Formats: sequence, C-alpha cells, structure tokens
Amino acid sequence: MLTKRIIPCLDVQNGETVKGINFVNLRSAGDPVALGKRYSEEGADELVYLDISASIEGRKTFRELVSRVAQELNIPFTVGGGIKSIADISALLKAGADKVSVNTAAVVNPHLIDEAAKAFGSQCIVVAIDAKAVEKKWLLTIYGGREQSQINALEWAKELQERGAGEILLTSMDHDGTKNGFALELTAQMSEMLSIPVIASGGAGTMDHFADVFTIGKADAALAASVFHFREIPIPQLKKYLQEKQIPVRI
Amino acid sequence: MKVVIIEYNAGNLFSVQAALNRLKVKAIVSNEPQIIQNADKVIFPGVGEMASAMKYLRETRLLEIIRNLTQPVLGICLGLQLFCRHSEENDSLGIGIFEANVKRFPPSEKVPHMGWNQIHKLKGPLFENIPDGANLYFVHSYYAEILPETCGESHYILPFSAAIQKENYFAVQFHPEKSGKAGEEILRNFLSIKMNSQDHSPI
Repeated sequence: MLTKRIIPCLDVQNGETVKGINFVNLRSAGDPVALGKRYSEEGADELVYLDISASIEGRKTFRELVSRVAQELNIPFTVGGGIKSIADISALLKAGADKVSVNTAAVVNPHLIDEAAKAFGSQCIVVAIDAKAVEKKWLLTIYGGREQSQINALEWAKELQERGAGEILLTSMDHDGTKNGFALELTAQMSEMLSIPVIASGGAGTMDHFADVFTIGKADAALAASVFHFREIPIPQLKKYLQEKQIPVRI
Repeated sequence: MKVVIIEYNAGNLFSVQAALNRLKVKAIVSNEPQIIQNADKVIFPGVGEMASAMKYLRETRLLEIIRNLTQPVLGICLGLQLFCRHSEENDSLGIGIFEANVKRFPPSEKVPHMGWNQIHKLKGPLFENIPDGANLYFVHSYYAEILPETCGESHYILPFSAAIQKENYFAVQFHPEKSGKAGEEILRNFLSIKMNSQDHSPI
C-alpha cells in the first residue's frame, strides 16, 4: 500500500535553516544539510528546502546547497522559493533536486507550469498554494502572504492540475505557525477534487494533527517545520503513532 | 570496476551518480558506444517520456548498443519501461528486451503513483538481504504488467512489476537512488552481480 508521507520543511536563508512564525520573526535551526540528513535517518519520507533569501547572492548559495543536499541525501527532496522561469527550474533540477515547487510565478505566468511539465515531466513540478479564508472562501495569497488575490484556491488547484502540475503543496495561511492543526476541510476538499497528490502544510502542533490531516483531511503527505526542528515531535515516534492509528506509513 | 551510466535525453543522471558516490563508486556518465560496451556494469536511468527517449536512442544508435550488452545492466524507472516491448505512453515501441506491455494506471486512484510502497515476492541477486515488504520510492504513471521475468512485485491500484530480470538485464520501477538504506542495498547488490556465462571481458 502506498504510504502517507511525512515531509519536514527547511526554510533556508543565506545557507542557514530558519523557520518563520506566520512568515515573520525568524528563528535559526541549524545547518540545512546536517538537518536534512538527520531527518532522513529518522525516517522522513521526503524533504522540502525553501529558499527565502531575497538576494542574488543568497540564490547562488542556495543552488550550491541543493547540489550538496543531492550528494548527501538518499531520499527525494523538493526545492522552492523565488522560482520565476524555466531557466530557474532547469538550474535547480540540474543541481540535483528531484522536484521544484513554484508559487507566485505560477500565478503571474500560468503558462510556466505547462512549459515546465512539458520540458521536465509533471512528476517534478510541484505548485505551492498559499490560501487564506476570506468571507468563507479560500483565496490565494501570493508573494509569501504579502498580497491577497481574488483567485479561488480550489479552482486554481484544478487549473494547475490541468496545466500539468504533478503535486500541490497546500498551505493555509490562517493555520501556518499556529500549531492548532491543519486546515482539514480545505485539504479534504482539494484532495478529493484532484487526481494528483496534495501535501498539507501549516498548523502542525501535535501527533493527532498529523493523524487528522491524513484521515479527515485526506492528504497524501503532511509537511511541517518547527515541530521537527525543535524536536517537539520526533519523526520515529510520529510514525509509530500513525501506524497504531492504522495509517499506512513507512517505518 | 568500471560503472557507466548511459547519458541520454531522459536521464536522472546526477542522482544516480551521487548515490553511487555514496557507495564509494565513481561512475562514468557517457553516451559513447565504446565506453558503454567496455563497462563492467551499465546503468540506464530514466525520468521522462517514452517516445522522445526512444527517438533519441534510435537516432544515436544507442538502441543497438543497449540491446547487445552482455554485462549486467540496470534499468531504472523509465529505463524499465524502455526495456519493454511497447508502452501506451504516446503509443511507443520500446527496446523489446522483455515481451511486456507498459500500460497507464487506471484513474481509480491518484496518478502518478508517487511515494513509498512495499515490494514483495522478491527473487534473484538484486534483492539479497532485502526483506519482503521493504519500502521503496516510486514515481510513475505507467507500469509493466506481471511477467514470467518479474522478480519483485508491488501493488498500486493493481499488481505490477516493480523489478524484472532476464539474463544480464535487470530493471526496477522504483528509484533505488532515492530509496533510503534499502535502495542503497539494492544498488550494492547490483554492483556485486557476477555474470558467469558471458564472453565479455572487462578491460
């Protein structure tokens, strides 16, 4: 049986891992390669590295980091942050990333997804959706949550699938950083609507939150950062817990 | 030991090379017939689309080279599908080492089959010391049916060939280079395979 994936996310700025609380106030959590290796050894199924550097220098450091990660890690990893073009995607895949995650650029230029899927295959094109509840609707936010759009997140997800996205990384901006649990209803709605996998992100605080997002939320994978970085939830313990709850996981 | 990774337009070469590096094996990446023919082990990785990969292999005459190799060859992912007779992906012919048809998963579950799944009914040298039910990493929308040559089975929507072997040709649908410790062990097993009845002599 295909197992549910646990994915630690590492936000990287100038070669260092950081985690934003509601995308501001950054706290440092170590060396990205060492941390990634530790997660891999503990049983993480995949990793996501997000580049949050704004500078050209930071981007360059990130690419070097990607190739170091590819040398060291024996599990798949996705990279994202600031991807704007086919050339950016190509450079990151060439550096050894298994998948890339595109966010704002897909909204600015949706054709990028068609082109990327055609050039590199859908399996390596993840599109991130940052959603925020506005008057009982889930709307897309872009530029790291700084800009509110009027695009319906569910409709957008459907369009992305048609354009060739291989996977959706869904973050609820209302839940991110709160540790109060994932956006279960939104995740379930999106996952049931799509024929591609949905990675749920934002709000993990307890092991029950993970169990809920797989059962009630119907997520294919769950992503979290701080609960893993600060060892609040050790991955082996989480997997054992999920297994006891009859959720298929890789032990 | 000379290990050559075949370079072509659907490779996921870097990851495979990195995985071999972690096993302390320096592999050569090449599309030169002579270098490939003289290798002790050949790896044929693949991520991409079947028809365009076949077109490239035909045009560069790599097709004939691959078909006539006598040393152990390991196809990975699309590599496995290319070893088959035919694929539904753009109605493409394959290299035809295995009399198998590659089909698209029916859409009753999410496609691609992406993530970690178990492998069963393990046979042969690739799976020495690999326990039944080991988890391996898969990413694919097409699958090879179960064959007489199947040496590892997985189940997603339906049972399919996770690994096949015929003489010196080995192929796996999962990504051993991304499958953690189990994947490393499978790569190590492949590297230690000895073909006895071969006229090939390493230079």
